[in-house]
This record gives sequence, C-alpha cells and structure tokens, in this order.
Amino acid sequence: MDLTFTPEEEAFRAECRSWLEANVPHGLPSGDTRDGFAAHLEWERSLFEARWAVVSWPEAYGGRDASPMEWLIFEEEYYRAGGPQRVTQNGIFLLAPTVFEFGTPAQRDRILPRMAAAEDLWCQGWSEPNAGSDLAGIQSRAERDESARGWRLSGQKTWTTRGAFCTHLFGLFRSDPAAERHRGLTYFLVPLDAPGVTVRGFGRLDGDEGFAEVFLDEVFVPDDAVLGAVHEGWGVAMATTSAERGLTLRSPGRFLAGAGRLVDLWRARSGDAGPDLADSVVQDWIDAEAYRWQTFWTVTRMTVGENVGAESSLTKVFWSELDVRIHEHALALLGPDGELTGDEASWMKGYEFALSGPIYAGTNEIQRNVIAERVLGLPRR
Amino acid sequence: MRFAFTDDQLAFRDAVRELLDRDCPPSVVRQAWTSPSGRALDVWAHLTEMGVLAALAPEAAGGLGLTLVDLVLVLEETGYVALPDPIVEHAAVAVPLLASLGEPIGAGTVTAGWEPDARAVWADTADLLALGDDRRWRVVATGDLRLEPRTSVDGARRLFAFDPRSADGPALVDEQAFDRGVVGFAAQLVGLTRRMLDLTVGYVTERRQFGVPVGSFQAVKHHLADARLALEFARPLVYRAAWSLAEGDPDASVHASMAKLQASSAAHRTGRAALQCHGAIGYSFEYDLHLFLKRAWALAASWGDARWHGARVRRAIL
Repeated sequence: MDLTFTPEEEAFRAECRSWLEANVPHGLPSGDTRDGFAAHLEWERSLFEARWAVVSWPEAYGGRDASPMEWLIFEEEYYRAGGPQRVTQNGIFLLAPTVFEFGTPAQRDRILPRMAAAEDLWCQGWSEPNAGSDLAGIQSRAERDESARGWRLSGQKTWTTRGAFCTHLFGLFRSDPAAERHRGLTYFLVPLDAPGVTVRGFGRLDGDEGFAEVFLDEVFVPDDAVLGAVHEGWGVAMATTSAERGLTLRSPGRFLAGAGRLVDLWRARSGDAGPDLADSVVQDWIDAEAYRWQTFWTVTRMTVGENVGAESSLTKVFWSELDVRIHEHALALLGPDGELTGDEASWMKGYEFALSGPIYAGTNEIQRNVIAERVLGLPRR
Repeated sequence: MRFAFTDDQLAFRDAVRELLDRDCPPSVVRQAWTSPSGRALDVWAHLTEMGVLAALAPEAAGGLGLTLVDLVLVLEETGYVALPDPIVEHAAVAVPLLASLGEPIGAGTVTAGWEPDARAVWADTADLLALGDDRRWRVVATGDLRLEPRTSVDGARRLFAFDPRSADGPALVDEQAFDRGVVGFAAQLVGLTRRMLDLTVGYVTERRQFGVPVGSFQAVKHHLADARLALEFARPLVYRAAWSLAEGDPDASVHASMAKLQASSAAHRTGRAALQCHGAIGYSFEYDLHLFLKRAWALAASWGDARWHGARVRRAIL
C-alpha cells in the first residue's frame, strides 16, 4: 500500500493543473441548448488540440496513454479548475470504450479520431417509449437488406440526451424478430443525416432542449455500421452500461469539487444555520472523500486484472444520491435565495440536473436490484 | 498510488481468520456473557502465540515490527466474530505505548481507556490499564485502581468504570495512541457490518414466505443493497486512516475520525436492515444477530461517538 502519488503522477497533475487554470472558460451557457452546445464545442476542440480531450486513449487516437490513475487525476483537476460539462461525454466515455473493445480496426480508425476532435458528436439511442429500465423490451427493428449489404432501421428512440445537436447515434435494434428479450439484438452506429431519420428536440425539467426523440423510417446503414456481432448487441451494450454506471462517466473529481463548493458556501453563508446543517455539510464532504478512496481502491484492483463488473452499480447509486444531497444542502444554506437561477453556475440549476442522476443509466431501484442479486447473491425471483 | 494490501498482509489476515472461524463461533461469544472471565482466553492465548498481540512492537522488544496497515485487516476479522477480548486496546493502543516506555511486552493483557469515557473493558482480567486522552498517556496496574462494574448492553463486553485521577504510572506523550484505537474500532465495526450482512443474506435466502425466499422481494433486496452500499463506502476510509497513522500523515487524526464515523454509520444502518429483514427471529435472544448488533452499538458509542468525531472533522474542514 502506498497512498502517495508517484513523481510521474504528480508531474502529470501539475501539467494538467497549469494548462486547465490558464484555459478553462467560465460562464459558458448551458450545453443543453443549441447556442450553448456550439460554445461548448469550441472548448471541446481546444481540449483536443492540446491533447486533453481523451487523456486515457492511445496517442494514435489523440490521447496520452494515461493510466487509469492519471485519468482520475485529470478529472480531479478538471473539476477543481471549474471545467464545464463535457457535451461530448456520451461518445468519449460511453461509446468509445465499447469501440475499443468490440470495434474492428477500420471502425476504430473511422470513429475514434473524429469523436476525439468533436467533429462527430454521438448520442445514445437506447430508451424507447416502452423500454426504459427494461431495456431488453425494445421494439425498434433492423431488417436485413441483403442486396444492398446492409440493414434498414425503423422505430422510435427517446430521452436521447443532446440528440438534436449531435451528428451520430449509437443504439440497439431488434435484428431477429423471432428471438426474445436479450437475444436477437444488434448494436448499430447511425449517422443522423441519413435519409429517413427525423430528430425532434424537447425540453428537460429545467426547460433546456437537452432531450430528443429520434424517429427512424427504413433508414439504410451498411454492414460496417454494426458494432460487435449481429444479434449479439446485448453483450456489447452491457459493456457500455458498465462504463456509464461506473467511474468513467462520473468520476470522484466532480463530487470532490461539488463538496468543496458546498464548504465554501458554508463559510460564506452559514450565518445562523443550525448544527444539523453543519453535520450534513461535513457528511457530504466525507462521502465525496469516501467515493475518492473507494475509486482508488477499485482502480488498484483493476490494474492487477480483477474484474469489478456488477459492483459498478454500487458506484452509480452512491454518486447520484450524493450529488442530490450536496445540492439540497446548498439550497438549504441559500434559504430564500435558493430559488434564484438563470445562471449555469447556480445551485438550483445544478440541483435540477442532479435530480436526473438517480433516474438515468438505469434507475437506482434497478441498481439496488443488481446489487442485491449480483453482488450479494440474493434470489432473482 | 497503490491502494491494496500485500500478499503477506492478506496471509496474516487469513491465518487469524482461520483461527477465529474455528475457535470463536457465536457460542463462545455467548459464553462470555456469563463465564467467570467473560473472555475467550483460549483464543487470546493463540493470538499471543501467533504474535498478533505484540505485532506493533519492534522486533527487539519481542514484537513483529509491523504497522497498523498490517494489523487493520486482523482487527476487522476480530470484529466479524465479535471477539470477547480487548484486542484493540491491547494490540493497537497499549503495545506501542509499552514499547516506547521500554516496558516488557509480556503474555498478560493490557486494556485501555480513553479518559473522557472513564471506562475500560475486561479490566478485571487485565494486568495493566493504559489511559489517556488524545495526547498524554499513562500505564497503570489495574490492582492500583478502584474498578466499578458497569453493565454494557453487550453482555460480552465486561465493563468497568474507574476514576482517572486515582491512577498513577509512568507518563508519556503519544499523539497517535487514541487514534490507533479509533481506527481499530472502526475496523471492528467494518467486520461487524460484514457479519450482520452475511447473516442476513443467508437467512433471507433460506426463509420462505408466500412460497418464495423472502430475499426475492424487492423491499428486502433494497434494505440489504443499502447496507452493502454503506459497507462499500466505509471500508476504504478505514484502510486509508490506518495508512495515514502508519505513515505519520499530519491529517491522520481527521482521517481516523472520518473512518470511525463512516464505519459506525455503516454498522448502524446494516444492523437496522439486518434486524428488519430477519423479522421476529432476529429479535429473539437465542438467535445470534443481537451479539453483533450490540457490539456495534457499544463500539460506535465509545472512543468518541459520532458527535465527537463529527465535531473533530468539522473543525478541520469548515
């Protein structure tokens, strides 16, 4: 056990910190609006040019070959510096690990460099009006077009984050109508400018147009739009959900920064706040630290080749509920000022977003079932 | 950054786990409620032979020259079985004190008391008592003290009150002794959390109602998932605090307090879930759950309760 950072890790941290402090933009509009998204793309492209967009990727694809520990350090520094939300996250953090695992060399070369450079912008096409937590219930279908050597996709996807602003969609489609549930699904990569695609943005709880419905009407995609094997999409998709629930999407750095802001707010605003609120602030800070050390613990295990699998469900429940608590306690400190918003940095805006955490990426009720069944081994039925 | 135990540390843990698994089943804990010594003296003798009790003393003083990082997993295992012996007091708190006083580390028992608690466990069978606050410590002969029995909710914790002012003995400054105890008890609380979770997972898998195992109901699953979550996010803080103490990190006291807060809270939540998910059987004296539940209550409340440690962390960060 050695809980200090190596000289190389410290040097990496110093390099991250000095670049981010000099370059992080402040006051960007919400990336979940059309104008805000464009402003965020400028930032994403400057990250890419300085090779900070995808630090954990190989250098050949625009990364730095950073170790998982270095990636965590980058994330800590990114949020410490007040770095904005990553509007490219669904491609970089969810699709890319799947492409590295399941993609052909040609797919990697075609997809990853343009993703890293924020030229192709990926959104997730999983949920459907009748398939949310029960993802295996999807009805969108893929029909074989043998003569054209490809597939025709039809159906409706929804709750697609930033779908109205993205250029590409990755999603699951039923390719074998005779197969049931988890079988007979295929993972497709779809350009949103293909004939037959209609995208309609709609508002989230906070009013931003961050959601979209995507309608597909016999949209043709060639064979190389399939990621992984035909009819084996469920297994491919599960690799993505594990990334989504686990640490790649929401690393501790984000919550350490949130807890730090809460402590700053306490110092500025505590006034006559009672001891209960002080205890809550302290507990949030401890929980952020707990997530940090649990992550170092997990990453050390991954480094020696252990599989963490279903344990990512533990992480997802913990960070999403911690995020809500941090914002609730901040709003309590703000008292009557809590309702004031209109600014990306406001606690209320953050609260509205935090409330989606226990819902997306598989509701926390589903995650608790996964913890009970796959981590603790309780009977499924 | 490498946050993992070495193979040697895991092997040390496994050796103790094997001993405790064999020699400290719940029946031994139950006997300690009423036996003359109130302890598991056979287990204590084995732990002495294995070098566990003197592990933190330098080799020259008859110890193993190990650190709290080596010992923390062992202490967790003693929590898992609710060992009725003062191992945290002896091995984590007192042995390094005796070593720095140049006192011999004998085969006897040293218990320890934190002055604000003014209580010590198993003081009647201990030769010595280490007592102090977060800085100044003394080691005194238990025979020189007037010990007054107190009844703990955990009948396997034989408790005595003493008047700290009546004790005289060689004094020294050890700013870590209290925190070694805090981290040791936090480790035991982690072990108790694991035990109550294991016991409950086993029970709800077996117990059938409405024709199915009760563990197949979502309401039961979610209670136990919450317990598992609390364990997951307590354990790393305990190991980290052990490392901070071993390495003399300037913030080690804050880390120790965070560890005890988080471990106490995990044990508390898990205890509630365990009791609820067992239904009436868990509420009976014959069933073993209460042995672990009560130990968890007692450890969470002593050596600084949640309010005390919360205030310590608060002073450091707010």
